[in-house]
Amino acid sequence: MSSQSLGKTFTAGLWDSNPVLRLLLGMCPTLAVTAAMKPALTMGLSVIFVLVCSNIVVSLMRNLLKPHLRILMFTLTIATFVTIADLYLKAFLPDMSAALGPYIPLIIVNCIIIGRAEACASKSGVLVSIVDALGMGAGFTLALCLLATIRELLATGKLFETPVMPSWFTPWAGMGMPVGAFVTLGLILALVSVITNKSKS
Amino acid sequence: MDTLHTLLLAFIGIVVVNNLVLTKFLGICPYLGVSGRIDMAFGMGCAVTFVVTLAGTLTWIIDHTFLIGTPLEVMRYLCFILVIAGAVQLVEMYLRKFFPSLYESFGIFLPLITTNCAILGLCLFLNLWEIKRLDEAVVLSAGAGIGFTLAICIMAGIRENMELADVPGPMRGAPITLITAGLLTLAFMGFAGMI
Repeated sequence: MSSQSLGKTFTAGLWDSNPVLRLLLGMCPTLAVTAAMKPALTMGLSVIFVLVCSNIVVSLMRNLLKPHLRILMFTLTIATFVTIADLYLKAFLPDMSAALGPYIPLIIVNCIIIGRAEACASKSGVLVSIVDALGMGAGFTLALCLLATIRELLATGKLFETPVMPSWFTPWAGMGMPVGAFVTLGLILALVSVITNKSKS
Repeated sequence: MDTLHTLLLAFIGIVVVNNLVLTKFLGICPYLGVSGRIDMAFGMGCAVTFVVTLAGTLTWIIDHTFLIGTPLEVMRYLCFILVIAGAVQLVEMYLRKFFPSLYESFGIFLPLITTNCAILGLCLFLNLWEIKRLDEAVVLSAGAGIGFTLAICIMAGIRENMELADVPGPMRGAPITLITAGLLTLAFMGFAGMI
């Protein structure tokens, strides 16, 4: 495949088929870990790692898969890499691992990863699968960071735990709670649909 | 009497105070995807309740007999996901044999219960909260399913009425559903101090 179409595969994940903003996949981690930037970024990087590794393995074994067993094989592959990521975080970033709690193991049931294994990696070569995984993972991380920036800034007046807002700013406690996650994501999705409609007409 | 008291508190806790959907963001995909009609939502809730009760109990037993305290602990996630996939397969075979019409109407959503994060999430929470007793694990598992059914049915009821409302163009579909869900979580926060 030419480098131009590889580039297209990568940028598709960023906007045209952004997993969170356009396809509405992987909503649970999107809402759950975005109260602050640090956990959101850790989550995004873990998902990129698991997505790339599982896409490589699924792509390599795509000719051996039996149709009725394929979902099970995908899930087991993903669970293996999630275990690796989880043990790594527990060993080297114990605070982060404790803060993210069950949401790291829950990457196993993240629809983005199974979706990419099914839609891309089980049909195409290793190189395309890696590029696709990187694009989708980057799109997911960007969406997470966008949501986390807004929420952390308004909920605490800080970014990466460093105060950035002027002293008169009153923190909006609601933004750090579940209600902030749902309403902010709802408004972002509305904005995305406004932009899409504008560019269409 | 003491046991009953603990179990009752655990049940109320998981159904309303720590509702998995509204406070832990688990099972959001079916919550947004299948909540268009109230009968579908209720059917989905029942299927999830059955699977989560079965899977939660089985994973707790496996966790406590084979995994905790042994080097096999690294296999936990693999074991959990296999048990859940097996339980969903069981429900699927049962429904196809005895309730073919219900089986038809679920379609793709039935196998997707495997990837419902509420189920794996509950199994992980049973481990994380260090639940020591089997009866408490069973009550929490069933309660999680009932809490999911409650949340998805409330959402479906609201969305059926929203069909008649005049929602601004860009807000239609997912955005307004998410904002409705946000307001619902705000309502459920009222239960926070109860236990």
